[in-house]
Order: sequence, then C-alpha cells, then structure tokens
Amino acid sequence: MKKVDLVVIGGGPAGMAAAVKAKEKGVQDVLILERENNLGGILNQCIHNGFGLHYFGEELTGPEYAARFIDKVHRMNIPYLLETMVLNIDSDKTVTAVNSAEGVFTIKAKSIILAMGCRERTRGALNIPGTRPSGIYTAGTAQKYVNICGYMPGKSVVILGSGDIGLIMARRLALEGAQVKMVCELLPYSSGLTRNIVQCLDDYSIPLRLNHTVIAVHGKERLEGVTVAEVDQDRKPIPETAEFVPCDTLLLSVGLIPENELSRDAGIELDPVTSGPVVDNRMETLVEGIFACGNVAHVHDLVDNVSNESELAGESAAEYILGTNVPDREEAITVKAGNGIRYTVPRIIRKQSLSRNSVKIFFRVADVNRNVKLAARCGNNILLERKKVKVTPGEMETLELKAEDLQEIKAGEELVIEVKTNGEGQ
Amino acid sequence: MPGKKKLVCINCPVGCLIEVTLNGDTISSINGYKCKRGIEYARAECTNPVRIVTSTVKVKNGCLPVVPVKTEKPIPKRLIWDCMKEINRCCVKAPVKIGDVIVENLLDTGINIVATGNVPEAREKNGS
Amino acid sequence: MRRVGVALKQKLYAFVLCGFFILREGDVVLYDVVVAGAGVTGAFIARELSKYRLSVLVIDKESDVAMGTSKANSAIVHAGYDAVPGTLKAVLNIRGNKMMKRISEELDVSFKMTGSLVVCFSKDDIFELEELKIRGLKNGIDDLEVIGAERLREMEPNISPNAVAALYAPSAGIICPYELTLHAMENAVENGAELKLECELTGISYDGDAFRLETTKGIVECRYLVNAAGLYSDTVAEMAGDRSFRINPRKGEYVLLDKVYGSLVNSVIFQLPTDKGKGVLVAPTVDGNLLAGPNAEDIHDKSDTSTTSRGLLEVINVARLSVPSLDTRGIITSFAGLRAAGSTGDFIIGPSPVNKKLIHAAGIESPGLTAAPAIGEMVADLLKKSGLKLEEKSDFCPFIEKYIPSRKMSESQWNEAVKKDPAHGRIVCRCEKITEADIVSSIRRTIGARNVDAVKRRTRAGMGRCQGGFCSPRVIEILSKELGIPLEEVTKAGGKSVFLLKKTK
Repeated sequence: MKKVDLVVIGGGPAGMAAAVKAKEKGVQDVLILERENNLGGILNQCIHNGFGLHYFGEELTGPEYAARFIDKVHRMNIPYLLETMVLNIDSDKTVTAVNSAEGVFTIKAKSIILAMGCRERTRGALNIPGTRPSGIYTAGTAQKYVNICGYMPGKSVVILGSGDIGLIMARRLALEGAQVKMVCELLPYSSGLTRNIVQCLDDYSIPLRLNHTVIAVHGKERLEGVTVAEVDQDRKPIPETAEFVPCDTLLLSVGLIPENELSRDAGIELDPVTSGPVVDNRMETLVEGIFACGNVAHVHDLVDNVSNESELAGESAAEYILGTNVPDREEAITVKAGNGIRYTVPRIIRKQSLSRNSVKIFFRVADVNRNVKLAARCGNNILLERKKVKVTPGEMETLELKAEDLQEIKAGEELVIEVKTNGEGQ
Repeated sequence: MPGKKKLVCINCPVGCLIEVTLNGDTISSINGYKCKRGIEYARAECTNPVRIVTSTVKVKNGCLPVVPVKTEKPIPKRLIWDCMKEINRCCVKAPVKIGDVIVENLLDTGINIVATGNVPEAREKNGS
Repeated sequence: MRRVGVALKQKLYAFVLCGFFILREGDVVLYDVVVAGAGVTGAFIARELSKYRLSVLVIDKESDVAMGTSKANSAIVHAGYDAVPGTLKAVLNIRGNKMMKRISEELDVSFKMTGSLVVCFSKDDIFELEELKIRGLKNGIDDLEVIGAERLREMEPNISPNAVAALYAPSAGIICPYELTLHAMENAVENGAELKLECELTGISYDGDAFRLETTKGIVECRYLVNAAGLYSDTVAEMAGDRSFRINPRKGEYVLLDKVYGSLVNSVIFQLPTDKGKGVLVAPTVDGNLLAGPNAEDIHDKSDTSTTSRGLLEVINVARLSVPSLDTRGIITSFAGLRAAGSTGDFIIGPSPVNKKLIHAAGIESPGLTAAPAIGEMVADLLKKSGLKLEEKSDFCPFIEKYIPSRKMSESQWNEAVKKDPAHGRIVCRCEKITEADIVSSIRRTIGARNVDAVKRRTRAGMGRCQGGFCSPRVIEILSKELGIPLEEVTKAGGKSVFLLKKTK
C-alpha cells in the first residue's frame, strides 16, 4: 500500500489552496486526487467575471482564478492524479480510488483533506410534478453545456431559483441568443447578489418574479412549457394565479448540497443544516486528522472565502502531520447557532489552538432583516457585537473573535452567535 | 427634457434604491443613497454605464470546442450586442492560452478581447 | 408481393450475399409468431417461444423494451396471498413466484427474497390478517404467519408505533423490473427471436391463413399473433375485430429515496387495506434505494405518466403511516406508472373469441411482474392448443451472458479489467460509480441502449442523487460516439427528446 502524508480529495479551488498551504507549511508529501480531467473544479465553467476581488485584489473570471492556483500547484511540484475517483475513505485514513492508469489502489494517509465540493439540488428533490421530458437541467449542467461543450441546451428558457448561478445563466443564455422568459423565485427576495440582479437580469430585461414557483412541467418528449404560480405567505401556490409559460428549457438553480457520501461512509459526523461535516476552528472534522474545506464543508458565496478557509485547513493538516499543534480535544468550546442564525462554521473551538490566532466564525442568518446587531456571547458576556444595515440568508456573515477573549471561556461552555433585532422586521 | 431614472445600487447587499433626476444628459439630482459609493454608481450608470462581457469563442483543432473570453476592460453597455457579434464571428486555432488577444481594439474602443482559459491542441487520436 | 418464410429468409440472406437472389422491396416476411408488446409479458412469451423451432418477432412502438407498465411499478415479487383463489392472477402468481429464483439466476437479474409484511394498525383488524392468511393457504402458500407487534418491531425497527400486527410472507421479494424484462428479451433474441422497436402496430387483417400486420415499419405477416400490448392490448384486440375487453389505465405515483434511506425497512411493507384506502407500500429496492407508493387514480389518457403534487403528497403521507421517519429530504426522484387494469378483473389470457390464432395476454396488472414467467409458459401452451407446432430446439440456452459492472468486481478483477480496457477505470457517474466501460457495454449489448434513459436503466448512470447532473454530458458524448450520431441527435428517451439544440458558435 502506498503511503502519503497528506491526501487532498478534490482539485478544485478548495483542494488546491489546501494542498499549496500544507506544502508551504512543511508537508513534503502531498497528493491531490481529482475526478475530472483537469484541475480547477467548477471554476472552469464559471467563465463570468467577479472572482478574486478579495483574495487577489483584482477581478478575474473563474478559469483565470483557477489558473492562478493551478500555477501554484505546478510551481510547488505538488503531484496530482486526474480522472481519479475516490471510492472509499476509512476512518483510519485509508483512501481507495480508481483510475484508468492504475486501476483500483489504496493509499494510507497520515491526514486527509476533504475538498469534494457540492452538487445541485434536482427536480426530484423539489418534487415538481408533471411529465418527464428532456429540457430540464440544473443551472450548472446547462453552464457546462454552454461554456465547456459549446452547445445551447434550448432557445426559450424559464429559470427557477434566483441564486447567483441562475442569474449568471440567465445572462449567459441571453447573450448566446436564447430568449430567457423569466426567473422565478419562491421567496420574497433573491438569494443572489444585487449586482447580479442588475447586470444579469435588468440589463437584458429579464423579469424576476418573486414569490413565484413552477408547479407543473408539460411536454412528453421535449419540454413544451411550465405552469408558473404565485405563492402565498406559507409558500403554497395560489391556484388562481397559475399561468402556462411556453418554453423548451427549464433551468433549476435551487440550491447546492455538499457532497459528503465519502465522509458519511468514513463515519464523519455531518451537520444536518449545512450537510457538511461538523468542523472545529481548524477545519478538522470529528475524525482526528481528517479536515474539510470549501463547499464540501458548507456552501460558500465567494470563492475567495473558499481559498482562505482551505488555506486554514491546509495549515491545520500540516500542524497535525508535523505534530506542531495537536490540541486536546477535551478543551473545547461549543459554538451555538442562536436566535436568527441558521448555522455556524465552526461548531467547535479548540482552546489549545488559540495561542496566536483569532477565530473567524462564519454563519448565515435565517431571515432577511434590517438594522440588526450580530453578536457573539457566552452567557451574559458579550464578546463582540456588530451593527448591520441589512442581513440576508444569501450572504455569509462573519464575526472575528480575538483569541484572548475566547481563552476566557471555559471548556465545555457555549459561545452563542445571534441576531439582535430592534423589534422591527424588514 | 427632465426625466427620472430609478436604480438599485449594486455596491453592497443593502441595495439602496436611488432616484436620479436627469435634465437631458446632465444629472440634476441624486436621491436615496445611503453612502457616497451610491452617488458614484448612480452617476456612472446614468452617464456612461459599462460592463465586462464574457463569452466563448470557437476553437479549431483544440481539445475543447470553445475557449472562454472576456473584454479586458469594461465596455460601454450599448456595445454589448455588437461585441457579441464580433465574438461570434471569431475562430481561433489551438493552442490558446490565458491572456491571448483574440480581438484587438474591439469596435474601436481600444479594448481587447482576451482568452481567459487554456485550450491545448487536440491529441492525435480521440483520447479523453 | 411475395410472402417469404423466415427460415427461408435466412437462406435468402446467404443468396443475397452471393448475388443470386435478392429480397425485393415489398417482400413480406412470414413469421410463425409475432408478439405485440415488448414489456415483461411479451419478453417472457418471446423467451418461452425461443425454446422451440419457430420464427418469432416481437414488435413495440417504443424505443426500448419495458417502456410501459414494466418500467414504472412497485418492483415486487408477490407471495400470492392477495389474489382470489382459482383466478389466473392467483395461479400464475404462485407459479411465477416459484420460478423467479431460477429465472433470476439464468437471466442474471437482481432479486432478493426479502419477505413482505402486511401491517395492521388496529387490534380489531387482526382477523383480516388471518383471513388473508387463509386465502393464501387456499392459493397454496403454507408459510404465511401472523406476527405480533414485538416480533414485527424486531424485524422492522422503524415501523410505526401504531402497528399492532402483520402478516409475514417470507416468499415475497424485490426485483429490478426492467432488468428482468431486458434480460428476458435479450435471452429470447440470443436464442433466435427478433425484436423491432419503434415499430407501432396500426392495423391487423387475417386472410384465413395468416395475419397481415400493418406497422410503422412496414407490413409483417404471421401465422399466430400474441397480444401482449399492455395498456394498448384492447386497441390491438379491436384491430382484429375483438371487442371482448377493455383496458382501464390506473395511475400510481411513487417517490424514490436516496440510498442513505434504503435500510429504513428490510422487507416490503404493505398496509392492510381499510375503508380509508388501500394503503401504499414502502420497500427497499434491489439497488439499495427506498421506494414508496403507489396511490391509485383511474385516468383516461394511456400516455399520461405525469406526477401530481396531490398524488405525491398522498403517497408520502400514507407511507408515513407505516414508516413515520420517512424523510422527504431524501427524495431523489418521483415517477408515475400506469397499471393496465383489465375490464374482467382477472388477467385476460386466452385465444380471442374472433380468432383462436390470436392469443391475448392482456389485463396484466399486479401481480403481473411476478407472473410473467408463468404467463410465458401458459401462452406457449395456448398456442400449441391453437395448432402451433412446438418442436424443442436442442441448442436453446437459458442463460444470458453475465456482465459484471466495474463497481461490483473484486479489486483484483477490477484491476484486470482496467488493464484490458482503461475505460473500466474511468468513472462517469460518480453517484452510482458507473464506469465508461459499463456505459459502452450497455450500448453494445444484445439490446443496446439508444438514448440516455436507456443507458440509465441498464447501468444506473444518472439514477443517483444528482440525477444525471454531472454525468449526462459524458453519457451524451459516449452515446454520440458509439452510435455515430451528432450530439444534437442524442435523446433522453427517443423521439424529439433531445438535450442539445445547436452549437453556440
């Protein structure tokens, strides 16, 4: 059996950043396993701009952002295997994979970084009733057809879901000559960036229908149309508002799900809200020596954040492998999603890893709210409070807590993250 | 000719609704913004809105059929469709590398269209 | 027009090669038997007939086998206590159930004898379980047992706390219905039967000697005709002037859950029918998913397999009566199937009142999947009674060539396979771990896949939690290459169901 210090599963932005950082921190023996035939992951098909403003301080397209990290991987001589599918991970850190050059092979790793990314929610998961014609795609699959394969999936399009991928695809298809009839959003607000609503929809006169959803699919062979209806406050369709919209294509942009089948089989505990592994402030899962970062841990809005988070995971894995910082697992603070918070990452803070670092808590709020305070407290002791004019579930929030403040908290105690409203809603 | 234009500021998630009063081409007032980035945004959107355009260009003999491209800098919004015509007219030969100029001086804007991805040459036989 | 027997046709083919004799356009081939319908019933009839020296043709209007009721049903091998004693349903169910183990081995079909439980939620209703048991005994099943709550919970830890007792049938099981159909039909074809897909029967006439069949692929003639046209078997009968029965489509909707939930139940869980409804079943599938359904709705349109929000909600709510922890977040897809319910209430198997050389195998609703092998035998026997000579072939082979998908190989087998063909090392469908070699093989096999759904049914590529999001671009590419057609012509399920319209540039 081959032995490797650090196996990184996934060669997308998360995996590359983690591998590069681990190598920089002194791990000599790093191997990236990537299932596609090139590094870069989903960024390769995200040909629009808007990446890298935070991390590189300049605006890049997806493939350009990926290329910067691919270059780093090459420059640092980090080996990687392409078209290599990991079949299994054991909690003892044995990785079984297959590819066409080596067949099935097993690697014993000292540490593993999970960076498998996420997948899109499908029609089945939404249970949209109706027939089963062709012409229904998740937005990401359509993006691959258009941007990588060079094919148009259809000519008249309805998009369900106003997340950023849906908005980006509305513009892409419009630019390539399709008629994008509307973007429907179940919620009263879009989870996409305002900038994308303006530049992807408004610029191309594509209507955004808030509080609307697709309630039926029509057409026996190819899609012939969808029934769109307004929803009430409980998100239930109002039958009188049902309207048939002819189209040959329905794109779904209705959410991303971290791909954690491997993690689950390895016995790694998952957070039911994020669908990603429960991690501590060093991005370590509850299985010692296995770390997770990027969209496999929780779905991010910005790749820049993925890069930062993955570097943290890479650094932590290096410390683990080199034995420079292996904190006592008993000495832990639990992070709790309090009032108005859907989830936090991390869920655990290891006190012994705090010597020099501050800790960034990433979280999402449950609802849109204006003029609120985001707070971190332990009991009645408020560690940090920050005012926000507006918060929305679509935007990841952070609170950066000082190590010295956290040291005050006793092991076993809870750090609560919460939204404080002034009594008024949005 | 006085007119009003409503804009949603894109600088941050607050999304201020900004109302611009125009007198012909000149701005007479801007209202509704909560910070000064809003003023700048409204001014630019009303006088000279610009966008970066991204798309793909056909590649001959490449291991992929298309290569992603972008306008190196934002171009005037009104030129988007003409820009797409130029892009659709293009065909480049593999290999293509990030940064390769695909269209020089697009529509006399002084801005180039450049490749944003790498497309190596197709291998002899149809490997995958 | 000439009529050319098939045995002769094969000889003719040799002549054609020699240039002596040319099969002219307009020549009509005369088969001994034509089977209309390539569902599970037609497949087993064809397989049975392929044991004899006969020329057999199976025709179907769809682009693949098992495209009607055989594709979308509960995938259950029933024990046989349900049907009224003495009916064809009862007799053929029992016989089919007994045959299934051998059939599944011969045809390399996934089959698990999980047992089934009819769960009852009220102590007052336990007597009905006893009645079912007695009915089963009359049908010839002697291993049925009424079990109490404690044993039930031991067997099914996730069963509802409201369940008080159950009828346990150890001989019930689960099977993959389209694998069963496909492999039976392939075995028939490998033994000499012919299959014509996208060949719709549009008219039947009889000249006293042979049937003349008008199809969308030309005229075919046969001495005997078997009507196994499923939902459309009344239409086929009518073409022959036989209005003795009707088929009433009854829709059933299902939800399929991710493999994570596949072990929620160990056996097939039925509910004791009450005045509130017939109940729905919750069952594991042979591939490790969880299936819940069906509801029942009488409809008119025989092509309406659309799902409805009302129907899906009903399925979920009723399924939760037996398994309350069924989590809708686990649903990866939903579908509807149409039962071909015959107007007599029983299977309609026998010679047509207008022509004894037309044999019906119609009204095959549940337990049709279980009964199919037995129906095959029965129809062969009926043909014999109607005068068809059945002369056994010495070279009939009941076994299908086994294809082991890469993921099911041992590590050393898999490594050998990769060495021989690197495509075994390229995973295309990551959710189900289906390799390029598996997909290529599904296209090249005896009845090869011609579209993405057909690949999916044969390999499971696209059947997993991402529902083809990641793999469909690759599957389309492989189909295009293997079939020698442009990407724009690759379809989801035949006809106009294309994925890609045109190149962007």
